[in-house]
Amino acid sequence: MKTLVWVEHDNVSVKDATLAAVTAAGKLGEVHLLVAGKGCGSVGEQAAKIAGVGKVHVADDAAYEHALAENVAPLIVELMGHHDAFVAPATSHGKNIAPRVAALLDVMQISDILSVESEDTFTRPTYAGNAIATVKSSDAKKVITVRGTAFDKAEMQGGSASVEAVSATGDKGLSSFVGAEIAKLERPELTSAKIIVSGGRALKDSETFQQVIIPLADKLGAAVGASRAAVDAGYVPNDYQVGQTGKIVAPEVYIAVGISGAIQHLAGMKDSKIIIAINKDEDAPIFQVADLGLVGDLFKIVPELTEKL
Amino acid sequence: MKILVPVKRVIDYNVKPRVKMDGTGVDLANVKMSMNPFDEIAIEEAIRLKEKGVATEIIAVSIGEPKAQETLRTALAMGADRAILITSETEVEPLGVAKLLAKVVEEEQPGLVILGKQAIDDDSNQTGQMLAALLGRPQGTFASKVDVDGDSVSVTREVDGGLETVKLSLPAIVTTDLRLNEPRYASLPNIMKAKSKPMAQKTPADYGVDIAPRLTTLKVTEPPKREAGIKVADVDELVGKLKALGVA
Repeated sequence: MKTLVWVEHDNVSVKDATLAAVTAAGKLGEVHLLVAGKGCGSVGEQAAKIAGVGKVHVADDAAYEHALAENVAPLIVELMGHHDAFVAPATSHGKNIAPRVAALLDVMQISDILSVESEDTFTRPTYAGNAIATVKSSDAKKVITVRGTAFDKAEMQGGSASVEAVSATGDKGLSSFVGAEIAKLERPELTSAKIIVSGGRALKDSETFQQVIIPLADKLGAAVGASRAAVDAGYVPNDYQVGQTGKIVAPEVYIAVGISGAIQHLAGMKDSKIIIAINKDEDAPIFQVADLGLVGDLFKIVPELTEKL
Repeated sequence: MKILVPVKRVIDYNVKPRVKMDGTGVDLANVKMSMNPFDEIAIEEAIRLKEKGVATEIIAVSIGEPKAQETLRTALAMGADRAILITSETEVEPLGVAKLLAKVVEEEQPGLVILGKQAIDDDSNQTGQMLAALLGRPQGTFASKVDVDGDSVSVTREVDGGLETVKLSLPAIVTTDLRLNEPRYASLPNIMKAKSKPMAQKTPADYGVDIAPRLTTLKVTEPPKREAGIKVADVDELVGKLKALGVA
């Protein structure tokens, strides 16, 4: 099987999420990459070094600068004439583009896969991760998005793929990019962090969140996450949200502070290697999944913990 | 302009789903069902656009078993003007749903279709994008803000790392994220009034759409259970365990 993987990038460097998608695609057969962007030559060179990649298609055109689905999907559909499967990371951009490609190819997408069982059979989570479905596709071409935390990342070196320019399919004129507000992060990115310290509604307000959670995260070199309750209450911006409708993470250590553990939150973090919970309610559902639990007042415990580490 | 809002009847988001012993699926017998939370947000946004004078009529549509009419009644009670129920005894995949919705769009010619970003049962996150593809229309997915201005709509989207804004030419397809709005509750008088609002009954055959599934579910299992952990007595013990794990 020849598989085309959409490379997520910012026109400067390859994003991590792509690497897990490459590993998943490798289980299907020959891996080709698509780098579509504007002035993205250096991304193409980086992509060619990813281990296990046979060919890199580079489409350099203003129409692809912001990965607008209306412009990128037709390009992918054209390349799918020579490929049997299309794979994208299940990131916000991947989830935006892949179903548009699937419908244009008249196939059903297989979303957010956890494993490749065979060329046409995959596992994927449903019901907020409470049920794992094994599904078999009868479509001639497969369109798949990959859960980044479920696959190892392909090495960014060792590969020597050929790079081939592909001609652009043009701007469809349906949509345009206006602007972006990207939150500044001075610490590791949530989805690739080894340690995450996450806060919930019990943190009271934005200021307390900063005072309690941030020093602990800094001490551990950890990324900072939050429950939906903390985000909705305005303690932190919404891209901190871990859960079914936020980010799916699987770090080595997940420290849940003042988070009760609703199923929607657990859906986003229960594949973490070690879960540590600090909560004053000893019956909180988070303790049912926590490897280490400490019952008590987080406003006393967390500063003491930060100091003693 | 008209706004079309597709809604789905799903397991209530507060219910913990149980996987059937025989591995054929999730047990939905006697389980509380509700409107998919993202679809409530879609209805709410349509109503707000009508209140601003942007929308003239809101049509809610649902595809599924006859009981989906309860979900449509909820949409009508919130403020939708009329409903279309496309009955199917078998489950319809996002591709089939998108094809049916494309036919409804051809018939009704809405200026906007607002869908939820994903249904909390299959967690696919596909239907809106597929519908946009089939219609050759632009898509504004994961919207946290929607501003209609003349013949275009600005959509602020929740993306990894922050927000981005795109401008789409109308007609367009928008899918809602959680923070777009806070859906209203239907009041009792409005629930009563909703009973007399029109609801058209259709079948997939009426639209000539083939909804045969492309994916077969071979089995459904529970996710691996985590082993029960331990509770530590104090911070010193927690620090000790963290050091033993090599974290600190």
